[in-house]
Amino acid sequence: MDKYRIEIPEFCLVALIGGTSSGKTSFAHRFFKPTEVLSSDFFRGMICDDESSQTVSGDAFDLLYYAANKRLDHMKLTVIDATNIQKEARKQVLDLAKEQNVHAAAIVLNLPEEVMQERNKARPERSFPARVIRQHARDVQRCIRGLKREGFRFVYVINSLEQLKNTEIVRTRLWNDKRDLHGPFDIIGDVHGCCTELEQLLCRLGYVRTDAGYAHPDGRTAAFLGDFCDRGERSTDVLRLVMDMVKAGSAIAVPGNHDVKLLKYLRGKSVSMTHGFDKTAAEIDACGEAFKAETEAFLDGLISHYVLDDGNLVIAHAGLKQEYIGRGSAAVREFCLYGEVTGETDSYGLPVRLNWAADYRGRGTVVYGHVACKEVKVQNGTVCIDTGCVFGGKLTAYRYPEREIVSVDAAKQYYEPVKPLEEEENQALGDLLTVGDFNRKLHIETKLLPSIDIHENNTAAALEIMSRFAADPHWLIYLPPTMSPCETSPLDGYLEHPLEAFAYYRKNGIRNVVCEKKHMGSRAVIVLCKSPETALKRFGITDGTRGIIYTRTGRQFFTDSETESALLDRLDRQLTERGFWDDFETDWVCLDTELMPWSEKAQTLIRAQYAPTGNAGIHSLTDAVAALEQASKRRNLAFDVDAITSGQNVDPKELLVRYRAKQDDMARYINAYREYCWTVKSIDDFRIAPFHVLAAEGKVFAKEQHVWHMETIRKYITGADPVFMETPYLCVDTEDEKSVENGVNWWISLTGSGGEGMVVKPEVYTAYNQGRLLQPAVKCRGREYLRIIYGAEYLEPEHLIRLKKRSLNHKRTLALKEFSLGIESLTRFAEHAPLYRVHECAFGVLALESEPVDPRL
Amino acid sequence: MLFTVTYQGNHTQDLGFLLHKHPERAQQFSLSYGKAYVFYPEVSDERTTAALLLDIDPIDLARGKVGSTEGGLFDYVNDRPYAATSFMSNAIVRIFGTAMSGRCEQRQALADTPLNLTATLSSLRDGRDTALAKELFEPLGLTVSAERSLLDERFPEWGESPYITLKISGTVRLCDLLNYVYVLIPVFDLQKHYYTSEDEIRKLLDHGEGWLADHPSREKIAKRYFSVKKSYARRAIDILMQQDPEEEETEQTAEQEAAEEQAQRTPLNTQRMNAVRDAVLKSGASTVIDLGCGECRLTSLLLNEPQIKAVTACDVSVRELEKAAQKLHIDRMPAFRKNKLTLMQASLTYVDKRFSGFDCACVIEVIEHIEPMRIPSFERVVFEFAAPRTVILTTPNREYNANYEHMQENALRHGDHRFEWTRAEFEAWTAHICEQFGYTCEIGGIGEYDAERGYPTQMGVFTKHG
Repeated sequence: MDKYRIEIPEFCLVALIGGTSSGKTSFAHRFFKPTEVLSSDFFRGMICDDESSQTVSGDAFDLLYYAANKRLDHMKLTVIDATNIQKEARKQVLDLAKEQNVHAAAIVLNLPEEVMQERNKARPERSFPARVIRQHARDVQRCIRGLKREGFRFVYVINSLEQLKNTEIVRTRLWNDKRDLHGPFDIIGDVHGCCTELEQLLCRLGYVRTDAGYAHPDGRTAAFLGDFCDRGERSTDVLRLVMDMVKAGSAIAVPGNHDVKLLKYLRGKSVSMTHGFDKTAAEIDACGEAFKAETEAFLDGLISHYVLDDGNLVIAHAGLKQEYIGRGSAAVREFCLYGEVTGETDSYGLPVRLNWAADYRGRGTVVYGHVACKEVKVQNGTVCIDTGCVFGGKLTAYRYPEREIVSVDAAKQYYEPVKPLEEEENQALGDLLTVGDFNRKLHIETKLLPSIDIHENNTAAALEIMSRFAADPHWLIYLPPTMSPCETSPLDGYLEHPLEAFAYYRKNGIRNVVCEKKHMGSRAVIVLCKSPETALKRFGITDGTRGIIYTRTGRQFFTDSETESALLDRLDRQLTERGFWDDFETDWVCLDTELMPWSEKAQTLIRAQYAPTGNAGIHSLTDAVAALEQASKRRNLAFDVDAITSGQNVDPKELLVRYRAKQDDMARYINAYREYCWTVKSIDDFRIAPFHVLAAEGKVFAKEQHVWHMETIRKYITGADPVFMETPYLCVDTEDEKSVENGVNWWISLTGSGGEGMVVKPEVYTAYNQGRLLQPAVKCRGREYLRIIYGAEYLEPEHLIRLKKRSLNHKRTLALKEFSLGIESLTRFAEHAPLYRVHECAFGVLALESEPVDPRL
Repeated sequence: MLFTVTYQGNHTQDLGFLLHKHPERAQQFSLSYGKAYVFYPEVSDERTTAALLLDIDPIDLARGKVGSTEGGLFDYVNDRPYAATSFMSNAIVRIFGTAMSGRCEQRQALADTPLNLTATLSSLRDGRDTALAKELFEPLGLTVSAERSLLDERFPEWGESPYITLKISGTVRLCDLLNYVYVLIPVFDLQKHYYTSEDEIRKLLDHGEGWLADHPSREKIAKRYFSVKKSYARRAIDILMQQDPEEEETEQTAEQEAAEEQAQRTPLNTQRMNAVRDAVLKSGASTVIDLGCGECRLTSLLLNEPQIKAVTACDVSVRELEKAAQKLHIDRMPAFRKNKLTLMQASLTYVDKRFSGFDCACVIEVIEHIEPMRIPSFERVVFEFAAPRTVILTTPNREYNANYEHMQENALRHGDHRFEWTRAEFEAWTAHICEQFGYTCEIGGIGEYDAERGYPTQMGVFTKHG
């Protein structure tokens, strides 16, 4: 006997229908994964430990449908293993399918009653009265005929044991699933009968005319977004061309709302002659029956959307919101054809549309048409390429994966639009950030680290800092990472020493490192555009500025915009005079720099903490030393400890030595912080030392070696204007003793006079050891400098010994995460990712750096 | 970290008996936060000085052995080891405790006699309040001298130091002098290294016995002593008042006067909240979102109104919301009231779907805390996306600042304000909002009207067209 073949889509909702003892459960186990099957008995047991308890049915089905809903959210095939005999029960299945936009399939086990009676008897532990079995068998038989009408897209009935034995289930792909097609594609927007422009466009794209329409010599595929007809002059020519290309396999097509209207007309239904349909009707009426029949069949067979290229590309006439992609239902089809409307009409009598693209967060690019705009509209990974050819605009193609735009101007205005084509202005709409993307646990995938989780109590803290202090997020394409110090030095009198930094990299297989002088200023990121127009176009900056200097927490460095723009102008002068813009083919740049003096940004910190500590310290210690000096001159008796006094004897001379050391420490501490303070009287008193050229148009320079960064900065920025300071550096071969000694001596010379120290980096920007990402840099700070970190007295042996017990693990993990996020956000920006995707990374860095708070009240 | 007491007169070596510390012997004491030393820089018939020197371990301080069970309270770079702080008060009571109680078996008569004493404290933080030392010590019959230096002589533009070297002298019993110093150090410094618990009230009253109740600044002393626990300060003040029934009468009338004055001059914030509540009610709203609710003063007023069915209070600061939850006593709020209230963290520069669907949004004293660069986002979030029928917004009137004596010219009312608008600027902004987002605006004011400078607070009530 032939196999009984059951074909169901690989993603759908299956209802098993059959009375008790019909063998549903063993059927399910034979054909489906255990996790695919949701059995009502199982959920009964979960609730009350008794799989046959009918009293908990309500709760059991609540749980079952909750689980089913979650599975379908994740696009997983789901089987409902329950009797499903009652119409109400099946309605629940169908409602779920509808809500989830999946097809419902029914598989009916309509076995002879005797079989079921026998089986029922065979399991005495939970047997039912014979009349129940009989009733079930009858109910099943009766419901079969109505299943299609009820809404099951696929219905299969198994009537005998033999048929059951011969059954096989084949899972088919959904019609919209073309993930195996990788293009390359040329996606073409609404044509509306503009065949002349279409032919020109195809030629420009490199297609050549063949017997069957057009084909591309490199095997590219054209993808039509529908709306072939109406308003224009050559609708039937367009249909002919598209049908030929699709038939020949050189094109794919999805239908538009106008095409569906034409289909209705061809099927003899009445349609209104509005929106330019009269022209199409006239053309098609003049065609032969064969063409009409072919067109009807063609349009009828079109699938409303396609998921292409492993899910990275989606095409639909009016676009598609994220939760509909890859699903099939009337609602999905409606959306593909008409978009999402409120049901209201505007002052032009046109439907009011909801901006689904603003909420789109999918990873696949959705390319669509339907709403004519003056220019291609990109938002959150969606691209609208209807540029209103028939209204006198242009016909546009979007080349994928190149993401290039190719357009042909309309020869004339064929049809007057009801309202003027949408202007760019609306583009800004999608540009506001939405809180729902950030006030939750974040899971960020970066190219350097596969996944970075950021907890909700950190994101809540970041939300506050971002909202209260940060600059316009459009500017924040990068936040710098924290940097770990080198391992603690075992040398006496040193907390940090370069030998440890060299050892870290050597041990991790990095032979060559670069030492860069650490300027004691404040980290400052500079973004500069050639002009405010670039800032508007590329960054979405609307306040007319063309650049920004911001701190490591994303806060604008200068509160007065004059200083900021003066510094930016001076930077621009260097870059322009030395040909940076041309050499790098860019009109913007992002630099990582250190801005001095430290006192400029750290004013509050210095005046509220550093200077007061020094002031209180030096006065108290001076008084203490004076008192001890006096006491030391006096005779000191060492009495035995008696019962009344609790103190132990102490020698004031020893105390004097101790407090003189403290006094000396304090004086050195004061000198250390003073070193980094100077009063800014004019713009010339600032110093900016760039050390990374982070990114420019289309490029992130994270593959260039650090020496390249240093030399590029020297070539284009430093040397002429004293504000821009070079960063001295030294290359060290960590396996060469002489070279290492040089490195140590260099550090000593840098820090001897109170310098902050140096940063040691591997010669490459991103370094790995056996696939493990290494610290991008470690800092080695000077002995004197560290007084302003660990306090004036930190070098006193009894303090230092404790300070040396420090763990770097946490800091190092953070540094790696933040480094990855920094590079990721630059990369995303360079690749024109939507704002929320770039902001996510900057937000993540800030969150990692924040003190966690509990957002749940 | 250094405290000295000098006794001048005859046989001043007896200071050793009074302090129970032998003048010829330097001693050290172990304390939980480090060490303390007692020694005598000078000893003679006519003049003897005892010194108490602290040696606080800065590393322990930063790493959390002191004052907390969970991690350090202090930075490595910190004035605590050097300034005169609650650590010093603690050391005084630990080491000179018997002397403070006035007991001295060997020289009881001397202990009971006012002597010519001088005390010094190095680096006492008074927050540049030059009058404070005199205000606190002069009523106690002491002569005060305070020396203050520049914060850093290299940078005179940074101004003066917040510390003084304090010297107080007079004819006073040693035990009294020690108690004054013990109580008043934290009144200067404000920061305590330990958790303030209820028995601190007892301590204050014990050490203040016989002088604190009569001190003209006793309320200030109590308030500053309990700078983080206002309720303790109130209770201490209540007890201090009761100890002095004679004065009670006069004090009460003074209080009555103050109360009357209070009635005439309701704090601006209270006036503002009342005015906004009235505007909300007038708009006919029944659901309200309080954007930037702070401690929920407005929200709590609105919850009292039967007209208001639901209030959502949001703030960007979680800590602020925690405070609000406490102030509203949310954990023991009746269910009916609680069901009307939603508290949530939200930002006004991010589009937020949860903002939609309210009749009225209140944005009270919030806009001036937003970076000017972010104002366009704020405008769209509130007026374009949330877009309630009514928006009530208040912000300071910059012109009015000239009426505040303590304010410097061009200063802003709060350190976190990014800007304050004049009346003309506010009006221009409201006009821009109305035009761009389709609202009409009625501008009003809150507070005491000044004919020339207007109201201290400006209020705009925006109503959406249609």
